[in-house]
Amino acid sequence: MANAIATAHEHDAHHAHDEHVVLPQHLHHFETEEQQREAGTFGMWLFLLTEIMFFGGMFFAYLLYRNWYNPAFVAASNQLSVKLGAINTAILITSGYAMALGVYAAEVRKKQMLVWTLIATTIFGFAFLGVKTVEYKEKFEKHHVPGASFDVKEFVNPAAFGLKEEPLAPDMAQKTQIFFVLYFAMTGMHALHMIIGLALLFWLIYRANRGDFSSGYVAPIENFGLYWHFVDIVWIFLFPLLYLINKHVG
Amino acid sequence: MMSAPINNNTIVNIPDQRTAKMPKRNYINNEHGLLSWLFTADHKRIAILYLISITFFFFIGGAFAGLIRLELLTPQPDLVASDTYNKFFTMHGIVMIFLFLVPSVPATLGNFFIPIMIGAKDLAFPKINLLSWYLYMAGGTFTLAALVLGGVDTGWTFTTPLSTHYLNTHVITAATAIFIAGFSSIFTGLNFIVTIHRMRAPGMTWFRMPLFVWSNYAASILMVLGTPVLAIAIVLVALERTIGIGVFDPTKGGDPLLFQHLFWFYSHPAVYIMILPGMGVISEVISTFSRKRVFGYTAVAFSSVAIALFGFFVWAHHMFIMGVSNYSALVFSLLTMLVAVPSAIKIFNWAFTLQKGSITFETPMLYAFAFIGLFTIGGLTGVFLGSLGMDIHLTETYFIVAHFHYVMVGGMLMAFLAGVHFWWPKMTGRMYPESLSKLSALTSFIGFNITFLPQFILGYLGMPRRYHAYPAEYQVLNVLSTAGATVLGVGFTLPMLYLAWSLKYGAIAGNNPWQATGLEWQIQSPPLTENFTETPIMDHEAYDYEWLENKTAHEVTTVG
Repeated sequence: MANAIATAHEHDAHHAHDEHVVLPQHLHHFETEEQQREAGTFGMWLFLLTEIMFFGGMFFAYLLYRNWYNPAFVAASNQLSVKLGAINTAILITSGYAMALGVYAAEVRKKQMLVWTLIATTIFGFAFLGVKTVEYKEKFEKHHVPGASFDVKEFVNPAAFGLKEEPLAPDMAQKTQIFFVLYFAMTGMHALHMIIGLALLFWLIYRANRGDFSSGYVAPIENFGLYWHFVDIVWIFLFPLLYLINKHVG
Repeated sequence: MMSAPINNNTIVNIPDQRTAKMPKRNYINNEHGLLSWLFTADHKRIAILYLISITFFFFIGGAFAGLIRLELLTPQPDLVASDTYNKFFTMHGIVMIFLFLVPSVPATLGNFFIPIMIGAKDLAFPKINLLSWYLYMAGGTFTLAALVLGGVDTGWTFTTPLSTHYLNTHVITAATAIFIAGFSSIFTGLNFIVTIHRMRAPGMTWFRMPLFVWSNYAASILMVLGTPVLAIAIVLVALERTIGIGVFDPTKGGDPLLFQHLFWFYSHPAVYIMILPGMGVISEVISTFSRKRVFGYTAVAFSSVAIALFGFFVWAHHMFIMGVSNYSALVFSLLTMLVAVPSAIKIFNWAFTLQKGSITFETPMLYAFAFIGLFTIGGLTGVFLGSLGMDIHLTETYFIVAHFHYVMVGGMLMAFLAGVHFWWPKMTGRMYPESLSKLSALTSFIGFNITFLPQFILGYLGMPRRYHAYPAEYQVLNVLSTAGATVLGVGFTLPMLYLAWSLKYGAIAGNNPWQATGLEWQIQSPPLTENFTETPIMDHEAYDYEWLENKTAHEVTTVG
């Protein structure tokens, strides 16, 4: 013990890991590559935890206002296109599947497969944002963007359980703005995470193509995979919460 | 290595100054030039960068405190206009909380010593560590920008709808500052948690870690889970101000109370982010200067985690007068009382550590004693405020100002200074001047009490906080408080001067001037860039003074 923590001028520093072959990506302050990989993955999970708390603030607001202004939320939700939302859900899940294949490809060191799965992930990611743009455009056209030009006339209590469709009470109709504020805030924040993810994907494709991840060093792919799946999962929550309030089949 | 004869009144054991030399290679002279500091990935250098920058912001925040006290010297609003006064206390709050107290111990002492204490070469993510300093500086720059452009007057709490609808000051700039500084804090916390989980040396089990590491671990959990909620709350305030989204606007169906919930969900745990690392410092100092293992080590370790957990379930006690339901107020009041339990566990265990210890009164120990006394007063007055009836009378008065300054200045700042003095020899390789530093510790303690004790009475008598004019009968106590603040200012300025002096003229400290047991004291001062020449193996408990004696005896025989 006394020897192990002796002072420096008695020894010349020498590194324990000089003795065996190390990957160029191995950072000196980790004892082993396994420790480095575990630390990276653990750090990524913690980061995702902070992301959950970040989105959590908006989910909390959603919970509160959906309870207070339920009729407005139902009416406003009925103005969203379930079809586009469902298509987007499918697109995003496919993108996530491509990403999962990419992690597998990196682990078995198949360079071509990795590059192509990352490209597929990127394409589906852009497709999602494309559909989202169409939806946002529609909101602008229908004056469903909160603000001075917000128009409440299309919001109605949907016909259900033998009740007829009827307009919302005027003050409740105004509360549909709160729904759309949350809609834009939550989907917008989600889209921002997608955009950051797509930027990272370009960088990963470049590095994968260069062969950085073909020698067993897969940490960046693995950790980005976690991030991308997190963005997927946020959407899996957003879709029913925003699009499917009080939807009755038939 | 020759040792100076051991004096009964001190455990200080520094090498003979005629022959002592600073180590040839260390983290400070490893590389040269400003760029080698600005692009460093060494946790010790980043800690020094943090130490310099938080000291800078501490004196900015302190200057505003001085201006506030100057205005309150007389009952009339004579120094500044009321709007300017609002900007003063806002700037004092924002700077002191987000730019000093939150990063104070973790980002400086924690950054420097957590890796060394657990036997690692660095934090898990050195580049993210550097990034967090840059984020901190960006946050600081935005704060200064808000100040220079004309200030903010929301108070540090950004209360809606005041902050969103009624003020025409630089709220967005200040909000951006806090948002960015928040991410600096998130990254520090994340780095600590991963490091403590994954980078411990062989034999360094969880229950062999120094309590300083435990308390920083608990604070890191709070940083990682709480700060993102503040971030989203601040983003929503900024959106409300710029495009009027209405989430907090009652005229559009929003609820201002929602902001309070989101804000205090972070900002209550934030006070534990500030105090927990300080408690860790006190555990180290008390053990070292009473030559005893911390009494009830496990209880003290778990009480840190308990404070972190309970800390998340008490936030609504800031909202008792804001119209929350009586039932939720009742529950939150009860939960608030619960936090007193782990805090008391710490205080009692420190007291039992002192019992029958060989106590010596070096400067860090003086600050630690100040901490115990002042934190106890601050904590117990917190129980007053946590009880519903008392809170209605005392909240928004100077009582609450005195309460949190007892915890934050009397507690945290004293702990920070205890830690800086305790580890100064390790960080710089040199001792600070002992009698001058004892004098300044005493000055701070006296100045602090003269400043804030009268404020308890002022608050109890009904003087509201955040007002720049007051009825004439409050003047005596206010003059006392201002006079105390002057003394306190001297007490805080002295350490900066003599610590700077000691960098060149201080006595050479040697490896272990306090004869302390932590791994950080077994390596050279200042440490090497990689901390250890080879990975240490931990084969004993923390605070094992017998192990240290055996080791020292062994060293003497090999040298002799």
